[in-house]
Amino acid sequence: MAESVENSMDMEEDTQTGRFLTFSLGKESYGIEIKYVTEIIGIQAITEIPELPEYVKGIINLRGKIIPVMDVRLRFKKQARAYNDRTCIVVIDIKEISIGLIVDTVSEVLTIPEEGIVEPPKMNKGFNNRYIKNIGKSGNDVKLLLDCEKLLTEDEMENLTEVI
Amino acid sequence: MTNLYINEPMLDMFIFETSQLIGQLEKSILSSEKSNCYTLEGINEIFRIMHTIKGSAAMMMFNDIATLAHSTEDLFYFLREKRPKIMDCSILSDLVLDGVDFIKMEVEKIKKGEAADGVAEDLIKKMKDFLSVIKQHNSTEVCIDKNVFQAIVYFELGCEMENIRAYTLIRNLSALTHEVFYEPENILEDDDSIEYIRQDGFKIIFRTEYSYEKIHEFFEQTIFLRELQLIQLEGNDKEQQFFNSEQGQPQNAFIETGDIYKEVIPKEETVHRLGEEYTPREAQSAIVQQSIISVSVPKLDKLMDLVGEMVIAEAMVIQNPDLKGLELDNFQKAARQLSKITGEMQDMVMSIRMVPLSATFHKMHRIVRDMCKKLGKEVNLEIMGEETEVDKNIIEHISDPLMHLVRNALDHGIEFSEDRLAKGKSQAGTITLEAKNAGSDVLVILKDDGKGLSKEKILKKAKENSLLHKPETEMSDKEIFNLIFLPGFSTKENITEFSGRGVGMDVVTKNIEMVGGAVSVDSMPDSGTTITLKIPLTLAIIDGMNIKVGDARYTIPTVSIKESFRPKEDDIITDPEGNEMIMVRGQCYPVLRIHEHFKVETSSTQICEGIIIMAQQEDKTLCIFADELLGQQQVVVKGLPEYIKKIKKIKGLAGCTLLGDGSISLILDIAGMIGL
Repeated sequence: MAESVENSMDMEEDTQTGRFLTFSLGKESYGIEIKYVTEIIGIQAITEIPELPEYVKGIINLRGKIIPVMDVRLRFKKQARAYNDRTCIVVIDIKEISIGLIVDTVSEVLTIPEEGIVEPPKMNKGFNNRYIKNIGKSGNDVKLLLDCEKLLTEDEMENLTEVI
Repeated sequence: MTNLYINEPMLDMFIFETSQLIGQLEKSILSSEKSNCYTLEGINEIFRIMHTIKGSAAMMMFNDIATLAHSTEDLFYFLREKRPKIMDCSILSDLVLDGVDFIKMEVEKIKKGEAADGVAEDLIKKMKDFLSVIKQHNSTEVCIDKNVFQAIVYFELGCEMENIRAYTLIRNLSALTHEVFYEPENILEDDDSIEYIRQDGFKIIFRTEYSYEKIHEFFEQTIFLRELQLIQLEGNDKEQQFFNSEQGQPQNAFIETGDIYKEVIPKEETVHRLGEEYTPREAQSAIVQQSIISVSVPKLDKLMDLVGEMVIAEAMVIQNPDLKGLELDNFQKAARQLSKITGEMQDMVMSIRMVPLSATFHKMHRIVRDMCKKLGKEVNLEIMGEETEVDKNIIEHISDPLMHLVRNALDHGIEFSEDRLAKGKSQAGTITLEAKNAGSDVLVILKDDGKGLSKEKILKKAKENSLLHKPETEMSDKEIFNLIFLPGFSTKENITEFSGRGVGMDVVTKNIEMVGGAVSVDSMPDSGTTITLKIPLTLAIIDGMNIKVGDARYTIPTVSIKESFRPKEDDIITDPEGNEMIMVRGQCYPVLRIHEHFKVETSSTQICEGIIIMAQQEDKTLCIFADELLGQQQVVVKGLPEYIKKIKKIKGLAGCTLLGDGSISLILDIAGMIGL
């Protein structure tokens, strides 16, 4: 019995590893490890909260649960874009924190084998790859694989610098 | 989570019961100590509690607790029976309280899932020593007890079931006596006893205060009585013999307590008793307990959440946008019924969670007592309004701060007796702990008649720690006193065991603020300090007024709203810095425009297009400018998501709530806005 439970857990791990939910922001295509994703919903009414960084758009009511939403475009300092019916909120769950990520469009779930994943180029130049954990190759496309934990936790650092 | 698995129901019950009993025990010890003598009721109660603890501890195999309880019980058994005159009450109290502390600690360990590994040997030895000391002191006193009889009862031949008849006899006899011994012992279990009784009669030895005639009369009433030999025993020889032979065989114990444990598990009982004033008491408390069931707090929390969801769902149905403009008489009727029921249900769930403050308050007795002993001060603790009820969650948050405040008052506030006499005050200081309802808040007031706060010392200290942000001369007394609540502030030069680490008062404020309360302090030199804790009755559901600003909706707690009105253009006064004020009935109040404050886009920026809501918190008033009022509603308070709280603590927002149409409304924190 215990063994079968273990097996099924292994299975679950198996079905999740190497799979990524891809979405696009403008030209670029990004991927999130599927184990973080709880659901994808259409854009809905967002209640703004004052005094927050611009990229935190506010809070939404997800079936009685109140979760914050973050505009990933603004998070990556891209130009804001009006939301349309293709705009999606990807709800992710990290370390017991639920948060919605607003993205332009959700594309598909991809399996990227380990050998298709490479580290991002290390450069101390201005370009911002703090949130990119890896780069995945799928056919001719390149997917930027996001580091979700950093996406959430790096703000404190930013806040600090703002204060200084 | 782990607790859930470790705490089996039995263990849970044990922990719950024992902690309750200990609370009761402490209370009766302290009240006994205060009157400086142990009354019969007090002794009986302590004895009874110890007995129960012993029983349940033995059943759960916590041997140290059981043996400790046993020796305490022995001690009190002696006190109850012999009523010794020469006895040091305070030593006794110390001893028993030590025992109580030990049990408390063990229970705490058990709660955490650790092994109850404390060793009570020292304590037990101390108790035994104490017992032998008072025994020696009081050995000259002959026990008033009474006449000792030996009765041999022969039943009529062929009456059958002699053992049952013998048992009934013992039962009836218990009304007349405390101690009964009889032969054969196992009358109910052992069928041979029937034979024995038939042959040799049923032999009973007992002590009683009644006369020979009375006892004789009693036995004469026995049904099927053939022959009775009733002898009054002179001297203790024979009885003593009986005693000794009994002690070797604990199984013979016949204990009449109505408590299941004792019948299931034969225990090391050296004394047999059939208590007369004791049985009805126990029976009574059993009846009371049966009408109360204990429910785990998480379940109540869950219930609370569900009722909260239901309130939202109800609003969603009744205020459904689809219903707009429809004439629905029957629906409205049914809806009103639904609202009534949900309202009642909510009140009920709230009241289930309400717990009187008395347990928290009575804990303070112990603290005051211990500290008085250690510091050599004389302090009386007066408690008022202990029956005031507060939500269970809130009680947990105020217990520690209150303890801290009491310690502080005792350590820093109240002077030593000599100083007090020199100042012309009564020798013993008084600390008053009072609770009362004030609207939707509860006020807990801690008053001492000590030396009061020293403004100079506070200012000096504040300067040293650079906590002053204002010139001294501009500060009001209240502002100065409130400095003591800042982190890193402590005026006492020497750190004592009880207080003075400088982490005290700000923790108090933090804890109280966590439950949405407020702390204020007032003091008069040489006449004492008053600290007032203002805590909300409940956290989860509040009455709120929904307002609209642009597309956004906000909720203001109804309790803080004084009035709302449509302002006129010329009521507004603007100072050179652009701050707006409004004149209402000769008073001038600041105006806060929500749309400016929260940077919300709205079309009604003209003061005459919107509405002013005057909100008051404590003694400060603020006029909030919004587009329009949407209506009053009960709202379920939900915290802002953790993520947002982590980024920034937004002043002026207390949380959020869901409205009937599923949209989110932000709850304004009036206190925070006024403080901005």
